[in-house]
Amino acid sequence: MTHQPEQQDSVGIVTPQTLHFDQPLALSCGRSLPEHDIVFETYGELNAARSNAILICHALSGHHHAAGRHHPDERKPGWWDSCIGPGKPIDTNVFFVLSINNIGGCHGSTGPTSTNPETGKPWGPDFPPLRCRDWVESQRLMMAHFGIEQWAAIIGGSLGGMQAMRWALEYPDAMRHCVVIASAMKLSAQNIAFNEIARNAICSDPNFHQGRYLEHDTLPRQGLALARMIGHVTYLSDDGMKEKFGRDLKAGDLKLGSQGPVEFQVESYLRHQGSRFAESFDANTYLLMTKALDYYDLAREYDDDPVAAFSHAKCRFMVMSFTSDWRFAPDRSREIVDALVAAGKSVSYAEIEANHGHDAFLIPIPRYMAVFNAYMKRVAEGL
Amino acid sequence: MRFDLTLIQPWIKPGARVLDLGCGDGTLLKTLAEEKQVSGLGLEIDPDNITEALSKGVDVIEHDLNTGLGNFRDDSFDVVVMTLALQTLRYPHLVIDEMLRVGRECIVTFPNFGHWRSRWHLTGRGRMPVSKFLPYTWYDTPNIHFCTVRDFEALCEEKFIRILNSSVVSGDNTQGALAQRFPNVLGVTAVYHISK
Repeated sequence: MTHQPEQQDSVGIVTPQTLHFDQPLALSCGRSLPEHDIVFETYGELNAARSNAILICHALSGHHHAAGRHHPDERKPGWWDSCIGPGKPIDTNVFFVLSINNIGGCHGSTGPTSTNPETGKPWGPDFPPLRCRDWVESQRLMMAHFGIEQWAAIIGGSLGGMQAMRWALEYPDAMRHCVVIASAMKLSAQNIAFNEIARNAICSDPNFHQGRYLEHDTLPRQGLALARMIGHVTYLSDDGMKEKFGRDLKAGDLKLGSQGPVEFQVESYLRHQGSRFAESFDANTYLLMTKALDYYDLAREYDDDPVAAFSHAKCRFMVMSFTSDWRFAPDRSREIVDALVAAGKSVSYAEIEANHGHDAFLIPIPRYMAVFNAYMKRVAEGL
Repeated sequence: MRFDLTLIQPWIKPGARVLDLGCGDGTLLKTLAEEKQVSGLGLEIDPDNITEALSKGVDVIEHDLNTGLGNFRDDSFDVVVMTLALQTLRYPHLVIDEMLRVGRECIVTFPNFGHWRSRWHLTGRGRMPVSKFLPYTWYDTPNIHFCTVRDFEALCEEKFIRILNSSVVSGDNTQGALAQRFPNVLGVTAVYHISK
């Protein structure tokens, strides 16, 4: 592979860092993590007043590597490189950006693949179940570590947006802006159903061993790949898939009687995505994350009244959705906006025309970038 | 600033919570925020206007007024403003009902189709009026529900809507005394302050 010249709008080469926390972290389930590691990346410089910090909350299968490359030959930059960098909406010339891998994850922070200090074996299925607020609590520790008293903004897409909203309710004074992209106050039954199919695919893999696959020195690759394939279809739209793949063939011939198996481009793509994911992601983490998603309900403890819930928030909100996103549809975002308006909060909302489905929040669609840029300029003015 | 926007500002009290339907690029709300510490929210449908309003620091929500205001609670705003958008709506009378439900007071401005130029276009030339102010031809215009000053007042009477204040902008972009005497003939833009 050729050496890629460093792009001017890239944060360049980044190196992940790890912090170890000795003190026990109390979790919503009543248990606690005796100790834990957080792996993270930072982009940009923290200013002297420590007022320019932005927290990035990642989605279901995300991690800390949001921008730049770990080495010049890395195949792809971080997952949100489209939005983080010099001159980009989350402008690293202006902001100090902190991107962390949530606990329960599988990219370096303590999670099911880590060693349980009590048994000396991998946590596996015994890792405590997590809720969104547990991530908020662990992110609070990071905040204290950096001496940040108030985030300029907390930003997240999908499950990340849910975390950002949880922050706004739990620690209203700890942030000035909350940017919620392609998200929802809770999952719909249809959404939970897709997650359940994905979990079922994993759990019915013969190599799953009730989640103790690491102890059996194996991985439920087939199940995890299938889970990812299902998920992937729901993150795209019908029109988007038509445009990207159509009915193009990767191999074979549609003529009856011709030799060789037929393979559509879309099949090949999904299989590739599935198998790559199965190598790089942990099945127990996938189960844990989808459960955290399913159980998330912003207003449950506020008598199921989103207006009462948001009345606790003090920050300003920017909400964005995408027209072809049927997993976190624009209607779900409008519910957030309506509740915020009814609660008398400052909120802006844009519904971006896009045929990329839920994945649109990762793609530099011109109008999305324009809106995001305009709002982040406002965040920058308040530093 | 457009003169109808200048005219309505004295009707908005300092610190009021204002909803601006079809807020455009946010000029009015920005001015009101700076000069009257108004807490404003705009609804807008045009993407470029939305970005521009965001850049101005104005809170704006992408919203199609033709879908109504069902997502806003009763009396949740002190003032609901709608400038030069009435004539673009599918059901203008229903939107006015909604404005009066959501806001304690409302301000509406609209192009007066009773202006002598429009009358001259129709009677003299037998053509639909096209002007610098209303530059569209009949087949591609977003303005689908024109009314006159007298039409609007008749609607208010029918719906028992109180007219708190009214004015017109005259052809020379002022509040011309003659135009105030003959608003339905000399008023280019009609300006109404109404409540339930």
